[in-house]
Amino acid sequence: MNRSLGLAALACAVTLAAGNARAEETIKVGILHSLSGTMAISETSLKDTALMTIDEINASGGVLGRKLEPVVVDPASNWPLFAEKARQLLTKDKVAVVFGCWTSVSRKSVLPVFEELNGLLFYPVQYEGEELSKNVFYTGAAPNQQAIPAVEYLMSKEGGGATRFFLLGTDYVYPRTTNKILRAFLHSKGVTDKDIQEIYTPFGHSDYQTIVGQIKAFGAGGHTAVISTINGDSNVPFYKELGNQGLKATDIPVVAFSVGEEELRGIDTKPLVGHLAAWNYFMSVKNPANTAFIKKWKEYVKKNGLPGGESRVTNDPMEATYVGMHMWAQAVKKAGTTKVDAVRSAMSGQTFAAPSGFTLKMDETNHHLWKPVMIGEVQGNGQFSVVWKTGKPVRAQPWSPFIPGNEKRAER
Amino acid sequence: MRSVPNAEGRRLLILFVLLTMVTARADEAFPRGPGPTSIAGPAGQAPDVAPPAPRLATTLDAATLDRLVDPDTRDETIASLVEATDVRALPVLRALLEGNLYRGPPVFMEQQGTLQDALTGAPAQADRDQLEQVTINNRVRKMLERAVAALSVLEGPPGERLAAARVLQENPGPEVLPAVQKALARERDPQVKKGLQATAAMLALASADAAQRLAAVEELRKAHAKRQLMQRLEVERDPQVLTALYDAVRNVDLALQRAATVGLLFSGLSLGSILLLAALGLAITFGLMGVINMAHGELLMVGAYATWLVQAAFRGSRHFDWYLLAALPASFVAAALVGALLEITVVRKLYGRPLETLLATWGASLLIIQAVRVAFGAQNVEVSNPGWMSGGVTLLPDLVLPWNRIMILAFSASVLFGVWLLLRHTRLGLLVRAVTQDRQRAAGLGVRTPRVDLLAFAIGSGIAGLGGCALSQIGNVGPELGQGFIVDSFMVVVLGGVGQLAGTTIAAASLGVVNKLLEPWAGAVMAKIAVLLFVIVFIQRRPQGLFALRGRALEEG
Repeated sequence: MNRSLGLAALACAVTLAAGNARAEETIKVGILHSLSGTMAISETSLKDTALMTIDEINASGGVLGRKLEPVVVDPASNWPLFAEKARQLLTKDKVAVVFGCWTSVSRKSVLPVFEELNGLLFYPVQYEGEELSKNVFYTGAAPNQQAIPAVEYLMSKEGGGATRFFLLGTDYVYPRTTNKILRAFLHSKGVTDKDIQEIYTPFGHSDYQTIVGQIKAFGAGGHTAVISTINGDSNVPFYKELGNQGLKATDIPVVAFSVGEEELRGIDTKPLVGHLAAWNYFMSVKNPANTAFIKKWKEYVKKNGLPGGESRVTNDPMEATYVGMHMWAQAVKKAGTTKVDAVRSAMSGQTFAAPSGFTLKMDETNHHLWKPVMIGEVQGNGQFSVVWKTGKPVRAQPWSPFIPGNEKRAER
Repeated sequence: MRSVPNAEGRRLLILFVLLTMVTARADEAFPRGPGPTSIAGPAGQAPDVAPPAPRLATTLDAATLDRLVDPDTRDETIASLVEATDVRALPVLRALLEGNLYRGPPVFMEQQGTLQDALTGAPAQADRDQLEQVTINNRVRKMLERAVAALSVLEGPPGERLAAARVLQENPGPEVLPAVQKALARERDPQVKKGLQATAAMLALASADAAQRLAAVEELRKAHAKRQLMQRLEVERDPQVLTALYDAVRNVDLALQRAATVGLLFSGLSLGSILLLAALGLAITFGLMGVINMAHGELLMVGAYATWLVQAAFRGSRHFDWYLLAALPASFVAAALVGALLEITVVRKLYGRPLETLLATWGASLLIIQAVRVAFGAQNVEVSNPGWMSGGVTLLPDLVLPWNRIMILAFSASVLFGVWLLLRHTRLGLLVRAVTQDRQRAAGLGVRTPRVDLLAFAIGSGIAGLGGCALSQIGNVGPELGQGFIVDSFMVVVLGGVGQLAGTTIAAASLGVVNKLLEPWAGAVMAKIAVLLFVIVFIQRRPQGLFALRGRALEEG
C-alpha cells in the first residue's frame, strides 16, 4: 500500500517535472479556427496552414532556440464559444500568441478577451476595417485593399463599366459594414440609391433560387454587377444556383470577397468562368516564393494524409496566415522574448517575402499589412486568372474615409 | 522697301512648298480609304447596316496571331477577323476563349490535351511549365463569344448555326454584320434562316434608317432583350422610334414580371417539395405513431452521407452519372437501419411517455452527430450533381428552371405516392393504421404490435433517408445537416394536422410558397421569422392543424 503510494507520488513528480521541462522547451501557439459548423469550409485549411508553418519554423530550429507547440481548439462556428476558447488558450494553455478567426463576428467576440488579458491575435482574413486594437495584428485586407479597388475595376471599361450594383451578403457585421462603405463610395462616384440593391441571407442559407431570380430581374436594367459578401458554406449552393440558372459572367459578373480557391473546390466551375474575386494573393500567381509555398503545402497535405489530398489548394487567407506567423517569429527573434508588449513593438516594420510575389511590410503604426491588390476571374479548373493588380503593395486604411466621422480618428 | 514684298512672297512660297511636302508625307503614312496595307480600324465604328467600308480581309497568318495574343491590338484583330468572315480563324478564337492558347513564338494551341502550332495545326512539342497562357477578361470574353458565334453561323450542323445566331441576338456588335449577311445569303435551312433574319433585324438597331430601327425594336421586344432596348433608349433621338422603344420596354417588363411570378411560384413549390421530403418520414413516426423523434433530422443526414458513400464508390466509373439511382436504396436502407436501432434501443422503452422520448431522442441525435464527426470528419463532404441534374431548362425566355429542382419536385411526388400506396394498399399499411388507431384491440386480434411498431418506425426513418439523398443534391452535406431541418419538419407535420398525409403535403407546399413569396419583399431572414410566427399563431388558434383527424388518435393525445 505504502509502496504503491510512493510509486504514484514518484510518477506524479516525474510527470510534473517532465511537464515543466516541456514548458521550458516549447513556445505554445494557439490556433483558434472553426473546424466544424458553417465556417469549417473556410477555416479548416487555415488551421492546417498554421500547423504547416509551425512545422516549417521548427524544422529550421524554432524560435529563440525553442520549438513551437501548437494548441488547436475548435470554436465550432459558434461566436460565444470563440470567446470561451480564446480565454482558455490565454489563461489555461498560456499561449504566447493566437492565430485565428475568420468572420468578423468571431473576432469581435474574442476582442474583449484579448484586450483584457493582453493577448496577441493574428487575424488573417480580409475584413471591414473600423477597428484597431493594440492586441490584434491584421494580416488580411482592409476595405481599401480589396473592396474599393474591386468596385473601381467593375466600373472601369475593362471591368465592364458597371453602373448598377447588387450587394448580396450574409447577415452579420462584415457584409453590413462593407456594404455601408461601398454605398458611400458608390455615392461619391455618382451612383444613386435606385441603382443599388442590398440583400442579406442568414448564415448557412441554402436556397438561393429567389435571390438569383432577383439578380436577373435587377440585371435586366443593364450594366449590373453583383458584389457578394456571402461567407461560409452558403457559397456552394449560391454558386450552384448561379450555374444552373445560367447567369453568365459576361452579362452580370459576380465579384466575391470571401470566396477563394478553397470554397470553389468541389464545385463545377465551368458555368462560373469569368465571375470574379478580389484578394491579395491567388494560387495561380507565378513567382518563386509561391511555387515554393504551393510545393510545401502539397507535401504537407500528402505527408499528413489530409482529407481532399491532391485536390487541396492554397488561397489568400492561408497566405496571410503563413506570412503572419513568419512575421511573428521574426518579431520574437528581434525582441528576444515572447512577451506581448515587446513582440508588439518588434512587429512594426517587419517585412516578409510573401508568396504573392511582393515583399510585404507590417505598417509601423496601424497593425495592418501593406498588401498588393489582385482581381481574378474564375477559370474552368477552379483557379483564378489575375486580370488586374496593383504594381506595389498598398497601405491599409482601417478607418474608411467613406464612413462619416472617420476623418477625425487618429490611427494611434 | 521694295524688297519687303519680295521677301514676303519668297517666304510664302517656301511655306507653300513645305506644306505640300508634309501633306504628301502624311498621305503616304496614313493612306486615306482602303489600301492594301490597311489594318482594320477599332471595332464599333460601323453603326450603319450597310456593310462596313471594305477593308482588306485580315486572314489568319503569323502576324495576325501575334496581334491576337497582344492585349493592345487584340480587340481590333478579333474584329477584323470576324469582318473578314474567315472561318479558318475559328479554332484559334475558340482556343483563346477557352484559355487554350499559349504565347509563343510560335503561338501554341491546345486541342484535346495535345499541343499544336496555332497557325498550321501541326503537332508541336514544348515545355508546358514554360508556356504562358494567354488570359482574357470578361470584356474580351464577351467579344470572343460574339466572334466565335459570328463565324459559327457560317458552318457546322444546322443546330449549331441556329444556336450561334441566337448568341448573336443576345450579344450583338457591328462587326458581325458581314458574317450574318453572308450566312443569310447562303443559308438553306428554313429554321436557321429565320433565326438569322431575326438576328440581322436586331443588328439594325444602330442603323441610320429609322424604319430599320423600328423593325429592330420589334424583334428585340419579341426576344425580351430589355438590356439592348434600354441601351438604345439612351441615345435614340427619333420620336417615333422612341415611342416604340418605350412601348417595347414596358411590354418586356410585363413579360419579365410574369416570368418572375412563375419563377417565384416554382421556387416556392421546390422549397415545399424539400420540406415535404424532410417531413414525410416524420409524418409516419410522429404523425401516425406519436413518437416525438428529435433525431429525425439526423436520419436525413444519414441518408445524405449514404449518398456520399455511394458516390465515392462510383467515382472513376463510367456509370458515375447514375450513382444517384444506386444511392436511393442505399440511403433508404441506411436510415432505416439506424431508425430500427433507435426504435429497439430507445423509443420502444418509452412508448406513451412523450416527454422522455423527446429528451432521449434528442440525446440520440447528439450521439449520431458526434459519431458521424468521428467517422467522416466535421467538415462538409462534397456530393456533386450528376450531369443530368446540372443546368436548367428554359421555360420562358427569362425563366430557367434548374434540373435538380425539377427532379426533386418529381421525386418528392413519387415518394408521396409510394407512402400513400404503402399505407392504404398494403397489409403492412393496414396493420400500421390498425395499431395506431387502437393498439389494444389490434393486439387482441393477433397483430404483433411491437413488430409493427418497429417496421413502421424503420420505414419512416428510411423515407427520411430518401429525403437526405435528395437534400444532398441541393445543399451542403455535413454532420449538422439535420439540425436545420428538424424545426421545419415538425412545423410541417403539426401545421398539416397530425396523422394526415394530405395535410402534410399541403402544409409543406404552402409553407414553401409563403416563404418564397415573403422573401423578396421582406428578405430571407424576416421571411423565416414571419413564417415561424404565423405557424405559432395558427397552432394557437387551431391546435389540430389544417386537417383534423377524427378518431381515437386525437382523443388519446
